[in-house]
Amino acid sequence: MNQSLTSFAYLIAAVLFILALRGLSHPTTSRRGNRFGIIGMTIAVAATFLHGGMDWGWVLIILLGIAIGGTIGLIVAQKIKMTALPQLVAAFHSLVGLAAVFVAASALTAPQSFGIGTPHHIHVESLIEMSIGLAVGAITFTGSLIAFAKLQALMKGTPITFSGQHRLNGGLGILVVLLIIAFVVSGGSPVLFSLIAVLALALGFLLIIPIGGADMPVVISMLNSYSGWAASGIGFTIGNLALIITGALVGSSGAILSYIMCKGMNRSIINVIAGGFGNTADAGAAAGGASGDKAVKHGSADDAAFIMKNASKVIIVPGYGMAVAQAQHALREMADMLKEEGVEVKYAIHPVAGRMPGHMNVLLAEASVPYDEVFELEQINNEFATADVVYVIGANDVTNPAAKTNAASPIYGMPILEVDKAKTVLFVKRSMASGYAGVENELFFKDNTMMLFGDAKKMTEEIVQALGH
Amino acid sequence: MTPADLAAQAADLAHQASILAQNAAGVAAVAAQHVPPAAPFIYLFSIFVLAVFVGYYVVWSVTPALHSPLMAVTNAISSVIIVGAMLATGLHGSIVAHVLGFLAVVLVSVNIFGGFAVTNRMLSMFKKK
Repeated sequence: MNQSLTSFAYLIAAVLFILALRGLSHPTTSRRGNRFGIIGMTIAVAATFLHGGMDWGWVLIILLGIAIGGTIGLIVAQKIKMTALPQLVAAFHSLVGLAAVFVAASALTAPQSFGIGTPHHIHVESLIEMSIGLAVGAITFTGSLIAFAKLQALMKGTPITFSGQHRLNGGLGILVVLLIIAFVVSGGSPVLFSLIAVLALALGFLLIIPIGGADMPVVISMLNSYSGWAASGIGFTIGNLALIITGALVGSSGAILSYIMCKGMNRSIINVIAGGFGNTADAGAAAGGASGDKAVKHGSADDAAFIMKNASKVIIVPGYGMAVAQAQHALREMADMLKEEGVEVKYAIHPVAGRMPGHMNVLLAEASVPYDEVFELEQINNEFATADVVYVIGANDVTNPAAKTNAASPIYGMPILEVDKAKTVLFVKRSMASGYAGVENELFFKDNTMMLFGDAKKMTEEIVQALGH
Repeated sequence: MTPADLAAQAADLAHQASILAQNAAGVAAVAAQHVPPAAPFIYLFSIFVLAVFVGYYVVWSVTPALHSPLMAVTNAISSVIIVGAMLATGLHGSIVAHVLGFLAVVLVSVNIFGGFAVTNRMLSMFKKK
């Protein structure tokens, strides 16, 4: 296959990838989009084989590698629980990062395979692109591993901070840039290459450890973006259109998701990356002391069932707690029974609910909740005033009215679901403990709030039983 | 002016001309070295910038309900880096390239198959009333 035909094939692949993302604009077109993506990938791989220059032996070895990796991937994708999706995505990101590091190293030792020069005589542009791809890939790799460990609870989700942390990270970042310059000037020294790799790996690790568990939606989106830029960097190095275009798509996709997540918390990306959020015990303690003698109304599953049965409209607000308790199936059962009683049931999802963007939507879909009953914050926020009951399950900070009223609160300015406007708020919670932001939710003490203390799944199942009577 | 002076001046001039010619050759060589790689870079970079814009508009049109599948599928397509891994493995570069390339092929194949499969699994759960 000649050069322009191969390039054309890569272009087709890139266009199919764009269509794959385009399909996600609506659930009805999304699966077709996914098929476009698969076709695009097949074309890119086929074009690389047909481009020529490979012996049959090596072609077979590559096919073996694809078979090994592909089998692992398919098994994992089938077995993974939907609640564990965030850590799976983090793990996948780390693989792209590591692959970028490997390909950059291959390009350094075998530049003739990519047409970027001969060993020790690599084009300057290629050296720059290669080292950038390497650094971003290495940061993506270790950063994603830490995100994975935090999400999988292999390490604590609480931020790990120490004095001089930001100065250390800043210093390391500058050092990596200086080393890249030295690497390019040296004409591709393998020693400097390895140094860049080691420092970038350390940087990825250090960047993510101070970021708390509930900020993981931002971290995963950010790493998603990095993996794209790393792919683009490698694309520039080897002059491959499909990689450059795809990397740019993925890079901007991750960046937009990070932006949406930050906006959902009214925090800047700098504030999230700096980490340590929710680590300040003082805010929670101060608020707790002030409200110590306020009374809380609490009820039983029977009370909740009675109230909801007699309502005409119930809005359910799920949060990460629902995922932890695996309560989505019981929740859908409850909703079904309410619908049989003639109650209108809707779901309201906050942009940062869960541990990755759109996490709650997937869990509800898994429990066969129709997607047209699930609404985003802007779509549903003015409906709370007309709702008789709001059932808050596993969410906390995203419902706290202090975000609107208390300028001193750390979550002030965050867009919230205005559940306090409903006639009755049922709040399922294990204890009175504060949420991730470390602030107490004043919603608990409102007259129209009834606390349902207990495990989210167990409580919902009890309500289902009570509704059955 | 004696013929000897004239000859000396002519020799001087010839010498200067030769230096000039050498300089010109040097400049031309530098230019020749730099022009071919520079052109493809700006060409590739233009494509990159345009692709960022395409990505920007396409991703904003993705419904928030499908942000999780979006992440999974972007992950799968960024594994098109397999193209680089395949070239490293399959062409006769170096032992290091063969080994690292092969490892990279395995790693991103996990991603490609796993990413598309898990996206498909998620999307098949989204149903209407």
